[in-house]
Amino acid sequence: MTTKVFVPRDAAARSVGADEVAERIAAAAKAKGLDVEVVRNGSRGMLWLEPLVEVETADGRVGYGPVAPEDVDGLVAAGMLDGVGDSVGAYLGLVEDLPWMKRQQRLTFARVGVIDPRSADDHAQYEGNAGLRKALSMTPAEVVEEVVDSGLRGRGGAGFPTGIKWRTVLGAESDQKFICCNADEGDSGTFADRMLIEGDPFTLIEGMTIAAHAVGATEGYVYLRSEYPDAISALNAAIVTARDRGWLGANILGSGLTFDLHVRVGAGAYICGEETSMLESLEGKRGMVRAKPPIPALEGLFGRPTVVNNVLSLATIPTILANGAATYAAYGMGRSLGTNVFQLGGNVARGGILETAFGITLGELVQDLGGGAASGRPVRAVQVGGPLGAYLPVEQFDLPMDYEAFAAAGAMVGHGGIVVFDETVDMSAMARFAFEFCAEESCGKCTPCRVGAVRGVETIDRIRNGEDRQKNLVLLDDLCDLMTDGSLCAMGGLTPLPVRSAVRHFGKDFGS
Amino acid sequence: MEVTNPAPMPPAERPQRVREIANSRKGLRGALMPILHAVQEELGFVAQTDVAVIADVLNLSVAEVHGVVTFYKDFRREPAGRTTVRICQAEACRSVGAEKLAEHAKRSTGVGFGETTYDGRLTVDEVFCLGNCALGPAVQIGDKLHGRVTPARLDALLGEAR
Repeated sequence: MTTKVFVPRDAAARSVGADEVAERIAAAAKAKGLDVEVVRNGSRGMLWLEPLVEVETADGRVGYGPVAPEDVDGLVAAGMLDGVGDSVGAYLGLVEDLPWMKRQQRLTFARVGVIDPRSADDHAQYEGNAGLRKALSMTPAEVVEEVVDSGLRGRGGAGFPTGIKWRTVLGAESDQKFICCNADEGDSGTFADRMLIEGDPFTLIEGMTIAAHAVGATEGYVYLRSEYPDAISALNAAIVTARDRGWLGANILGSGLTFDLHVRVGAGAYICGEETSMLESLEGKRGMVRAKPPIPALEGLFGRPTVVNNVLSLATIPTILANGAATYAAYGMGRSLGTNVFQLGGNVARGGILETAFGITLGELVQDLGGGAASGRPVRAVQVGGPLGAYLPVEQFDLPMDYEAFAAAGAMVGHGGIVVFDETVDMSAMARFAFEFCAEESCGKCTPCRVGAVRGVETIDRIRNGEDRQKNLVLLDDLCDLMTDGSLCAMGGLTPLPVRSAVRHFGKDFGS
Repeated sequence: MEVTNPAPMPPAERPQRVREIANSRKGLRGALMPILHAVQEELGFVAQTDVAVIADVLNLSVAEVHGVVTFYKDFRREPAGRTTVRICQAEACRSVGAEKLAEHAKRSTGVGFGETTYDGRLTVDEVFCLGNCALGPAVQIGDKLHGRVTPARLDALLGEAR
């Protein structure tokens, strides 16, 4: 009987040697005359264990990690390919029983790390397209209401109710409507979009197809950043396969629905993660932000009604349809319903992705699951929600991951990325970097962002140099007010968030 | 083998090839970005002379195409070194020493961000996030992502890339 061995093809796993590990396992098995099939799955999300090798046994999948290429021969000699555990250093036991896995409720990421992302058969076998089949048996309006009832909010960061957006597009009259997936995941500390696309691309395609049915669109675009070459090839391959299977194109699954999907690659502009800037870029223009209104739901891509959703929002749609809005809405707290895919990065002992219901505390994520700082020093600060998210001190670790609780604390959940810093961090340098980044990445359309960011860098430099410290702190506050109120989009509007939170919580670093 | 940037094309043949690339994609919606990516992938960079050709094919003004080329950081106006090395400088990588790694890269290659080594082998640049935030500092060499890159590891990778 063939033994299945799983070695992730995920870019993060490959970045620490997964390709070499896979090659060595295949070679070692061949040398020993063993019947082994090496499957290149997505990552389970336990990135500190990568490359994580899993061996299928009668009891389930047994893990070994991290496995360096040079460890492979020794591990195979010790019986890794039989799932044997004794006296092997990298042996982890059953992967599903690991604390990191047990703490999760995987809905959006249910198949990531489990299946071969290039295999349409795997997708189908693990209940793929169940959500699409259900949706196709319903009217568009019923699908939209199901999404509204699920409480799903935009996972890209803004948290706007997805169903409400869809309802607007459904109600708009037009000869042409579009579904656009925002996969321009430029926020540092976020990588869930990348891992989903690399680990289970058919689910994103399914979610977009459901959206097309729900609002009456025939054409979709995924705007994927150029920094993710592995994701680009994974998604392009999946789209070709999906067309072959009749999951895209004309008469999808025999329903009469026509929908096709195209990948457009970004070109290194962070601002194109802002939805209107992304639409401009998709139209082949400079990624300049548009003033709203009109909202994209009414006048989006090429002026047509357009659904713009993040990868995770769209990839969550299939499970909502397959299992019902009520099942999804049973997870979470307050108005933050369902699960979210949290990403732990930076200076953290155990980094990776973790999908769980809203309401888990920041401290549980960072300290209990993440294991604190990788350096072994105490954690000093975390930045939640990307470069435009607030810096929070350890004293706020009891905050629940919840859109409203974070907003009340002057922070934001954003795309769910958490970057950990140890006690060596200089927070005035991080505040300076926030302005520097905004100056570098501003599209330049509005003055508060374009000029404010540059003035911000200068003002923080004066504070750091001890020039008129109090006066300049007041000036900084005034500048932050102006950028918050006067910027056209979140780039300039939210840059004050990391700056102000750094001043508020880590005043010592600013000399006060 | 890492992905390397293409060798230069003789200037006389270039406009014709750019026109072919543009013509083969002009039917796409928002064709300009795919065309610019394709030109750069095949010819290594987007030359000023390409801009007029592309503008002609798409019936756009030269200014419009020029504006797009210069807006996006990915599009190069001149040839890069044989291999492009990008070192992440975003927050997550900074928390584990990305700035020190950048200083080290500057010392060991002799060039700063956006510059090419004297032998034309390497172009070194910064990038804001490669999506490898749990395994930083992250570096991309050609298309290949590398994680937990220490200064010593970077030297080894740069040695291979050269």
